[in-house]
Amino acid sequence: MSAMEIIGAILLLIGSAFLFLGGLGIYRMPDTYNRLQAGTKATTLGAMSLILGVGFLEPSWMIKTLIIIIFIAYSNPISSHALARANYKRKHFPLILHGDVKEMDAYREVTEKEENKEEKK
Amino acid sequence: MTTIIYIALILMAFGMLLSFIRFVKGPNTADRTVALDTLTTIGTAALVLLGYMFHRYIYVDVALIYAVLGFIGVIVIARYLEGAL
Amino acid sequence: MKQLTLKEKAERFIINWVFLMLVWLMFTKTFFWQEVVVGAVTTMLISLASVPLFTCCTIKIFSPVRIFWIFYYFWVFLAALIMANFDVARRVLTPSLPINPGIVKFKTKLKTPFAKMVLANSITLTPGTLSVDIIGDTFYIHWIDVKTTDPDKAFKDIAEPFEKVLLKIF
Repeated sequence: MSAMEIIGAILLLIGSAFLFLGGLGIYRMPDTYNRLQAGTKATTLGAMSLILGVGFLEPSWMIKTLIIIIFIAYSNPISSHALARANYKRKHFPLILHGDVKEMDAYREVTEKEENKEEKK
Repeated sequence: MTTIIYIALILMAFGMLLSFIRFVKGPNTADRTVALDTLTTIGTAALVLLGYMFHRYIYVDVALIYAVLGFIGVIVIARYLEGAL
Repeated sequence: MKQLTLKEKAERFIINWVFLMLVWLMFTKTFFWQEVVVGAVTTMLISLASVPLFTCCTIKIFSPVRIFWIFYYFWVFLAALIMANFDVARRVLTPSLPINPGIVKFKTKLKTPFAKMVLANSITLTPGTLSVDIIGDTFYIHWIDVKTTDPDKAFKDIAEPFEKVLLKIF
């Protein structure tokens, strides 16, 4: 095995381990926001690392794998951001374990303001 | 080398299985969409790895298009849930 | 929406064209003249259509100092991403799930929409934080392990290392 193959194999293993952890995070976390946290971060690095590993194993594919990596790093946070906001607008409030709800949930004030506006109309 | 690819594929299969359980179980639509997003990302990575395993370059293009379509799908669902569509 | 001057329009057009052309060359992996001509015409039409919709940055982005800071930002971001993943792995694998979630807010000094988007994306991929909404210059961040609800302290903990570099780029 050449040096490139060893680097590629290590990246493959790291990537698949993080993809597995992403799935486990999605399964274990208690509410939607925490699921988004675990899912987005772990699968983004996992997919990036695994695809880069394939790029190292097959150097002629490198440029196209880099395009996929850039696209994943750009699009995954955007979709999780959109989902989090949509979920809040549907009035699924985040789970608060410790402390005062009003203080720990700073976004509540915005949605309440919008509701008051609609009631006035 | 083949052993490493098999280990990676098995780990990814377990990740997909766990997020699929969440996809079936999820209490509301947003949870299901989160699971779908994760499934799409793992699927993209799996397509690239399978392309290397079978020496098919076309799988990489398929993976790219799959990533784009999955992203657009999740955005559309999110906009719909928000009530903006 | 404010009216764009001719100079701003030309600037947006050129930047979009350059980036789209780079992506085209990466896709086709060739400099054969027919491919390059087709790519140039297609990307020109797309960037003409997207002039009123989208801009990433001003033409100053091509100066060497800013390109250096972009590279520097890339490494800062990569380090934060790897840290974030070990953080998630630790939380997921601990049987008792050590989380203390909540939403905090803070204000940013960045001006352009694209810079705010880059900051929001970076925040989403760094340890334990997920951006929920941006209204004006206020960020609302879901934090998996809330240490403080004070906006200034939260800003120091979450966004300062990124914003310092982004202010130099944009």
